[in-house]
Amino acid sequence: MTELPPAIRLESVSRQYTMGESVIRAVNDVSLTIPSGEFLALLGSSGSGKSTLLNLIAGLDRPSTGSVVAHGQDLSKMSSLALARYRRQTVGMVFQSFNLLPRMTLEENVELPLRLAEVDRSERATRVREALQRVGLEKRIGHRPSELSGGEQQRTAVARALVNRPKILLADEPTGNLDSATGEAILTLLREIQKNPGMTIVMVTHERTLAERFADRLAIMGDGKLLSNGAAR
Amino acid sequence: MKLRDLSDLAFRNLREAVLRNSLTTLGVAVGVASLVAMLSLGVGLQQLATSRLAKSGLFDSIFVTPKTNLRGPGAGPPATRTPDAKARLLDADARAEISRMPNVVEVYPQIRFFTEVRYDGKPYATMVAGMPESSKVSGAFDGMQGHFFSSANADEAILQAEFAKELNPQTSSLIGKDLILRYAERQSLGAQGGDAAGSGGFSVVPKEKHFVIIGVVETEPASGFGGFGNGRLLIPLTIAETLRAAQVNDLRDILRGSSSDKPSYSSLTVRVKSPSLVEATEAKLKDLGFSAFSLLDISKTLRGFFKVLDILLVIFSSVALAVATLGIVNTLVMAVLERRREIGVLKALGAADRDVKQLFFVEAAVLGLVGGIVGTVIGWLIGRTIAFGTNVYLHSQNLSSVDISSVPWWLVLASILFAVGVSLAAGLYPASRAAHLDPVQALRYE
Repeated sequence: MTELPPAIRLESVSRQYTMGESVIRAVNDVSLTIPSGEFLALLGSSGSGKSTLLNLIAGLDRPSTGSVVAHGQDLSKMSSLALARYRRQTVGMVFQSFNLLPRMTLEENVELPLRLAEVDRSERATRVREALQRVGLEKRIGHRPSELSGGEQQRTAVARALVNRPKILLADEPTGNLDSATGEAILTLLREIQKNPGMTIVMVTHERTLAERFADRLAIMGDGKLLSNGAAR
Repeated sequence: MKLRDLSDLAFRNLREAVLRNSLTTLGVAVGVASLVAMLSLGVGLQQLATSRLAKSGLFDSIFVTPKTNLRGPGAGPPATRTPDAKARLLDADARAEISRMPNVVEVYPQIRFFTEVRYDGKPYATMVAGMPESSKVSGAFDGMQGHFFSSANADEAILQAEFAKELNPQTSSLIGKDLILRYAERQSLGAQGGDAAGSGGFSVVPKEKHFVIIGVVETEPASGFGGFGNGRLLIPLTIAETLRAAQVNDLRDILRGSSSDKPSYSSLTVRVKSPSLVEATEAKLKDLGFSAFSLLDISKTLRGFFKVLDILLVIFSSVALAVATLGIVNTLVMAVLERRREIGVLKALGAADRDVKQLFFVEAAVLGLVGGIVGTVIGWLIGRTIAFGTNVYLHSQNLSSVDISSVPWWLVLASILFAVGVSLAAGLYPASRAAHLDPVQALRYE
């Protein structure tokens, strides 16, 4: 069996902030390898550093020391322009509070990453429709986020994350604002996406039971450090 | 991001805060309007002055006089004086020669003489002036009662209003009436032989000629520099020349010993194709042996004055635009604060700093463009209103109307571009602030 190259490799990654005279180590010397196609759940209590780690993988933040390599690209050495391209082309993001733009319709929200990637207008409509079909919201295409339930809004956010066909999907507490049934539905959707079309997923959550049911592997963080790292089931 | 998508997003954002953005745009519009209104008046006044002066023929004309000066210092009686080798008599030959010079449009003498006019059986003493055909477009006859001479050879007369009132206070009733001009015709003695032959002397014979009054003009077209003295009775120049009326300079001709039967002129007005040709033609005329001078220098001074006026107007009206610029900065800074989370989302989805910066620049440019267009229209309206008010006043004073406001295409274009430029400058700080927002912080912002 040929082993695939890792999708993400973190090497001795630290991220520290200075607040007045004190130094806060949000992420402290974390090394972690995530193979392509894996669904990894990052678990931990509030302030454990899991969201900071996710932001480092997303290229929204840079490590103070160490390196983050995603699909062969060392993010710590990239220019801000190259990082923006990485966020456009390689990763898709889903947030706890959905972060849909309220004055745009679902179609326009999902189209936004395609605009940023300068995809031709003729191709955009097809790709938006495909993405919304994938999450089962093609009939709500002209609605605004405020007209949808929380679950539907999160599915729209998933469609927006998928529309540029990224290799990595990053989800920050995707079920945090949803009831348990809807949260499960969202994780089922993520699991399906992981298998078809095949995607690496890193999900930050504090719901261990859900993580154990849906993720391939759990990485547990505490005080900025990686405490344990093993198969979910 | 492509420009079309940027503009699309920018318009959407501007529509979101429609009241605030409309007020900001209105601020820009007021600034631009004050600029356009002030400049339209500056430009209008300049055009009015320039066209009046151009029509007056003062700036495309050269005034030629003979170089000989009988009263020159150290000059003895003409017989004993050594004549200037280059000095020439300004006679018909000289006139013909000047007419043949390149770029010369017209050469005409200044003919004016005292006369007695008989109208309705009563005598009136006045000054007659011969008007060249070209004076029709000088603007002096604009708004006259009646019309200009039907031809250069018509026995027609135009009266100056003051003189017309002497004849009949109801000046309009004069038109179509007949008047008799009594004048002294110059008849050369030299041509008749005898003792006086070759002396250039002449006799003066009283003559009469009938003219039909065809118009009354308010202004004094024949007055002022290069004109014809206070001409109160204007007749076609060609007719004035054929009258061979005795003029003041005839006496000088005798003293000078001119034996020519051809008339000589105290001065000739030479009109060239454009003011730019005046200088060269003036030099050539001097080379021919005449005295020549023009008013070109005054025109340059006038242009300089209007430049300074325009600069002052721009400085004063720019104050309003400066205030409007602060309004744009304020609006966009507010927008950056309000849209922090949205900027964070855009960055998380892959927007580069450059994309965010451009988005705010497009928004600033749209505010400037709309403000510039609206402001130009308002400024034009203000200019028209002031011009209208001025004309109402002028009419109430029985004066002819003038156009003191002008918005040429370059002013429209320059004001709109200026408004956009100023708005982009105002957008520099907010756009840079938006572009450098930390996406992690921005996404956390509630």
